[in-house]
Amino acid sequence: MVFHIPEELYYTKEHEWAQIDENIVTVGITEFAQEQLGEIVYVELPEEGQKVTQGQTFGVVESVKAASDLYSPVSGTVIEINAGLNDDPSVLNDDPMNDGWLIRIEMDTEKELANLMRAPDYKKLVQA
Amino acid sequence: MDTPLLQKTPLAEEHVKLGARMVDFAGWWMPVQYKGLREEHDNVRTNVGLFDVSHMGEVRFKGPKALETLQWLTTNDVAKLNENEAHYSLLPNAQGGLVDDIIVYCLTKNEDYLVCVNASNADKDFAWMTKNNKGADITNESSYWAQIAIQGPKALALCDKIFGFKASDMKSFTLRRFDYKGHKAILATTGYTGEKGGEVFIETKGAVTLWQDLLAQGQEFAVQPIGLGARDTLRTEYKMSLYGHEIDDTTNPYEASLGWAVKPAAKDFMGKAPMLKIKEEGLKKQLIGFKMLEKGIPRQGYSLFSFDNKEIGKVTSGTHSPTLDEPIGIAYISSEYAAQGTEFSVDIRGRKVKAKVCKTPFVTK
Repeated sequence: MVFHIPEELYYTKEHEWAQIDENIVTVGITEFAQEQLGEIVYVELPEEGQKVTQGQTFGVVESVKAASDLYSPVSGTVIEINAGLNDDPSVLNDDPMNDGWLIRIEMDTEKELANLMRAPDYKKLVQA
Repeated sequence: MDTPLLQKTPLAEEHVKLGARMVDFAGWWMPVQYKGLREEHDNVRTNVGLFDVSHMGEVRFKGPKALETLQWLTTNDVAKLNENEAHYSLLPNAQGGLVDDIIVYCLTKNEDYLVCVNASNADKDFAWMTKNNKGADITNESSYWAQIAIQGPKALALCDKIFGFKASDMKSFTLRRFDYKGHKAILATTGYTGEKGGEVFIETKGAVTLWQDLLAQGQEFAVQPIGLGARDTLRTEYKMSLYGHEIDDTTNPYEASLGWAVKPAAKDFMGKAPMLKIKEEGLKKQLIGFKMLEKGIPRQGYSLFSFDNKEIGKVTSGTHSPTLDEPIGIAYISSEYAAQGTEFSVDIRGRKVKAKVCKTPFVTK
């Protein structure tokens, strides 16, 4: 299977993507992640204003089969959540890279980006 | 994929050809899904599905002491089985807990039986049976037999078409021995989905032919191969026990709602006294089905709490039911909370979510 792995994004080894716009980071799960999970039936997201920490869980997605933790790519404060996912989690399967985004974080420090993967390394991870 | 440590069924390459995602299940390289869990699940409920269950173990009991040995080793009354009949049963340990749950097939009354056991327990069970043998001739035939389950409302019509006899006239939990293109086979009208259908044991070398024939000739019945993912949601909707979830070596069958497979009046058996003691003292916990009253999906291991914050049980299986399109769960709960309609909460990752004991099976025809 060939996955869409845009060059401009950052990636975690747990298969989240992070799009950086100055100090605002939009977070989602990758196409590889949604394909592995199968049909997603439930999403649990943090509240706006909640603090998140790089590498720590910030929510959960559940398929019919299992619950999987979501890991934050950066530390910071949640400023927006994709509330529509509560009513229709299937967007995460249909369009994980765009309409299926999960949260927006105001990040504490750009320095943490150095701990994330770029597209070539992430490609290697999912093809391994 | 390089998986040198996993055992493969004779159908492993067929699954790969069909595009299955393969996983390690109890040391076996097995298909977890082909097209998608929900589609596969729905197809078993509406048409017919094929499951490779060749990883299951088979143990043969023969000889003049076969019946006596099985009566001692298992809880159900094997003397009641006539030739070509089968029953669900339990393999208790000396403490009255469960080594496994099994199906016993009678090939010749008193002297020849086939026992089907869980894949994850096959080696343990065989060692246990041999150690506690009362003189039967016990053989592990697991590598001799492949097994394909054919399940769904159209399953027996497919069997009628392909096997050349009226499978649809067979009563539930009976079997028929036949020859399939030169390979020894047994069709048993048993299953693990709540649907009509059967399970075919076939000599390993005949498995690929049978699998391919079932797929090709099953087109008119909309047959599909079904992975372990849907196998689990299908059995959960009918509250059928899975070893390692609802039952293990500490489980009392009465607490697990499996008392119907225990026949203490008929015979003596391994672990009988401690097993009955728990029943006579009054069951402290019971296996129930529940639904969520608030958002959240219960999963194995989550704790149950009363509204005054006492821990009152544990979830054994939980999923989002594809048929009902809502979460369902199975749990052990303190007997005082086991009545239908009783409300309690489930600790879902630190959040207390309301739930209610409900009627089972979760789905009905």
